[in-house]
Amino acid sequence: MVLKAADYKSTYFADWCPGCGNFGILSAMQMALAELQLPRHKTAIFTGIGCSGKMAQCLNINGIHVLHGRALPYAIGAKLANPELEVIAEGGDGDGLGIGVGHFVSAGRRNIDITYIIHDNGVYGLTKGQASPTLELGLQTKSLPKPNINAAINAIAIALAAGYTFIARGYAYDVRHLKEMIKRGIQHRGLALIIVQQPCPTYNNINTKEWYGGEDRIDPKTGKPTPRLYKLEETGYDGVVHSPDETFEKQMAALTKAREWGDKIPIGVFYQNEFEPTYQDRIVKRIPNYLQNPPAKQPISDLQGRATTNITALLEKLKVTG
Amino acid sequence: MAGGPQGSGVDSGTNIFARACCYGGLHVYGKREYHSNIKGLHSYFQVRVSPKEIQADVDRVDLLAAFDAETVVRHIWEVSPGGGIIVDAETLETKIDEIKTLTSNFKADFQKTLENRGVKAETLDDLLKAAKKENNIKVYAIPYTDVLREVAEEIHEEKLSRLTRMINVLTLGVSLALVNYDREPVERAIKTIFGEKNKIVQMNIVAFDKSYQYARRTFGDDFGYKLKTIPTEEKRIFLQGTQAVALGKLVGGCRFQSYYPITPAADESEYLEENEILEIIGDKNPGSILVMQTEDEIAAINMAIGAALTGVRAATSTSGPGFSLMVEGLGWAGNNEVPVVVNYYQRGAPSTGLPTRHGQADLRFAMHASHGEFPRIVLCSGDIQECFYDAVRAFNYAERYQMPVIHLIDKALANSSKSYKMFDLNQIRIERGQLLSDKDVEGEEYLRFRFTESGLSPRAPLGTPNIVFWNSGDEHDQLGHINEESTNRTLMLEKRMKKLDLADREIPVEERVNFFGDEEAPHTIVSWGSPKGAVIEALERILGEGYEMNFIQVRMPLPLPKDYLAEKLGKAEKKIVVEGNYMAQLAGVIREQTGIDMDYFVLKWNGRPISSDEVYDALKLIMEEKAPRRQVLNRGS
Repeated sequence: MVLKAADYKSTYFADWCPGCGNFGILSAMQMALAELQLPRHKTAIFTGIGCSGKMAQCLNINGIHVLHGRALPYAIGAKLANPELEVIAEGGDGDGLGIGVGHFVSAGRRNIDITYIIHDNGVYGLTKGQASPTLELGLQTKSLPKPNINAAINAIAIALAAGYTFIARGYAYDVRHLKEMIKRGIQHRGLALIIVQQPCPTYNNINTKEWYGGEDRIDPKTGKPTPRLYKLEETGYDGVVHSPDETFEKQMAALTKAREWGDKIPIGVFYQNEFEPTYQDRIVKRIPNYLQNPPAKQPISDLQGRATTNITALLEKLKVTG
Repeated sequence: MAGGPQGSGVDSGTNIFARACCYGGLHVYGKREYHSNIKGLHSYFQVRVSPKEIQADVDRVDLLAAFDAETVVRHIWEVSPGGGIIVDAETLETKIDEIKTLTSNFKADFQKTLENRGVKAETLDDLLKAAKKENNIKVYAIPYTDVLREVAEEIHEEKLSRLTRMINVLTLGVSLALVNYDREPVERAIKTIFGEKNKIVQMNIVAFDKSYQYARRTFGDDFGYKLKTIPTEEKRIFLQGTQAVALGKLVGGCRFQSYYPITPAADESEYLEENEILEIIGDKNPGSILVMQTEDEIAAINMAIGAALTGVRAATSTSGPGFSLMVEGLGWAGNNEVPVVVNYYQRGAPSTGLPTRHGQADLRFAMHASHGEFPRIVLCSGDIQECFYDAVRAFNYAERYQMPVIHLIDKALANSSKSYKMFDLNQIRIERGQLLSDKDVEGEEYLRFRFTESGLSPRAPLGTPNIVFWNSGDEHDQLGHINEESTNRTLMLEKRMKKLDLADREIPVEERVNFFGDEEAPHTIVSWGSPKGAVIEALERILGEGYEMNFIQVRMPLPLPKDYLAEKLGKAEKKIVVEGNYMAQLAGVIREQTGIDMDYFVLKWNGRPISSDEVYDALKLIMEEKAPRRQVLNRGS
């Protein structure tokens, strides 16, 4: 049976504010899942806490809504125990780059074949709009009592340094482009990061839909806005490493692009490198039949409930008499 | 006992001694004490040897092998009358006050001890002479450099400095010569410890032989204690607590373990990783356990929970500071009814506390950690063998009742080693609870948290065909969708908590307590965890003196077998608790759930295990009506 985008929507009522970027992200997710025809039972999404976290509840795939900042560890545990699962982790900027930033960096060292989507709106929406790690220094969004005293972190640069092998950015209101990013992320062999720029209509009154669209910057010649967002692929940029010796050059190019913000914000694929061994590849070197006989598939007892793991050889090593 | 600076081979030397005794058919119990330090600070390894099985350590030392001056100073008063001290002849002139690794408070206490004993001692030699006079202790000063020179000649090694690492084996040779033990089991033990490294094995055997011969010809049968091999047909193993837990996990079907390095838990994970490929009965394909070293303990528990969602038996292993970080994850697993096992090795705490020392102060923490309420099972092993069987049971309980299980162990169990009769693998049963397959739900909507009479909802692993489900750390409905409705909340929490009542009804009392002694005895001791062995030995001695007591070892504080305890303790005259903490935590739990208070508290929190002598002395005082209500133990160095 061919699954349509609508089949990937659960019965859970998506309780986001009207105009929330999450609706666009949800649509893009459903479309990506449908285009890839991912079997629902074999697909699992793990989300953190915050408005973005409810994505796990809204999709009609296995949806595991975990703890604040911990989507990655859960997702990694599940993927490694059962590598047949298609695993997606998802959460907000506060979730992944604030409380969960340790996991964000450490995940890069492992290059596990999962996809991590971060909703970036610059604020902690569900707790009423405090500054998130991606809000720029000095900005004072609507509910901040004082301008932001912290500088923003650059998630793309960090991901690059940490070892992510697919790094892309999308925009919540460009659903088709975002869907492509998600698809490519899922298809990527290795750890994929997709940052989604997303206006928060309730609490971020600075980085709004109008701001991204450049409505404050009317071109005097055409009388039209000059959007801040532009697509990397339309500029001839190619972030894909086609042979291992291109790695450094592509990383430097991605880093340069990662620094762009404000007047010009690139979306698209910054970097992709499938030459790095994934964590699964590394496990196979140690446990040759890991993929055929992963932890979740191993029988551990017979029909009578007797243990089938033979530890006799290990006990023999500890034997001292008899 | 052998002692010396960390990194000087105390561990390997004493291990050879212990194994050699095991190979000779003797029973062995070994205890390791060490500082949170890589090299230089004092450590020691105490080995008890007997023809009978040994349950615990004792205070007295019959033979002290000192690798350095500090070891003599720290342990001299533990040496029993007529006992011996092996010491490096070159350290005799060491001034006690100049030993840098002795702390100032130790030195001050030591001076007081000297004054009380009327001893004047400036150097090690003065001290040894005093001990000799006071306690008839034999001192064997060994010129290690001379013996090493003999070794060097034999193996054609020009640089003596390359051989100083073998002081431990020289000490071993002297020790075993003094007790006139056989050479054969020692050679075998050296081979086991140094493995396949042939040259090293040969060097050490030469070193052993030279020192053994030196001591035999110099001291002959001067030392009063002798060790004889007792050939036995019984199949025995010699292992430490962390290995027992790891083996239990493997045979129990654990296939995923995540951990962050921490003392003393990490040894378990390393053992698992070393043995990650598993032989499977009736299957040519090997199995395997995936061991993940994570970035922190938060990741460790949450990865284990993520893995457990796929149906695999998953665990993490840690000690107090790590468990503190895991608490939020534990609550999530409780709320989402995920079977995850935490093997929790207690140590001296809180904070970093005494990172390499013993403690038993985390019972309440294990029982109550997390905000909110959810069911969990806590079980406590009392010895190394129980560590093995409990490691299996922990998974059975976790899967059967779909809740986190905390397996409490402690440093004394983790780092002590003991000889046992070969474990009985036929006893082991795997119970997976209500685990669904795709055929079970074909055509109907799967409700992960379906309301049922027992509170148990059939569980499906992630990836099961025909099944999609939701989980949330938020309160959720039967489908697993976030739901804040008041009635749903009332029912859902009740559903989860009902599983604990079910566990309480179903798990037989024999799995939750061990009872020792005569049912009719008027007085009862209660304890949990590693003091078990010390209490059993002390009980034997006290019974031998005509006192009547029995002993209940609590193995499952949650759910506590309260009716059983109420019945047994309700009729006891003197109720005595023995545990390794300040607050008498088990006593508190029992009082809370049965209304019965203890009459006597025997407590210890100095970072050292409770010895059988200490328990015996405390019990004796109680029986002689001379004891205060609360006795604080403080032995062990």
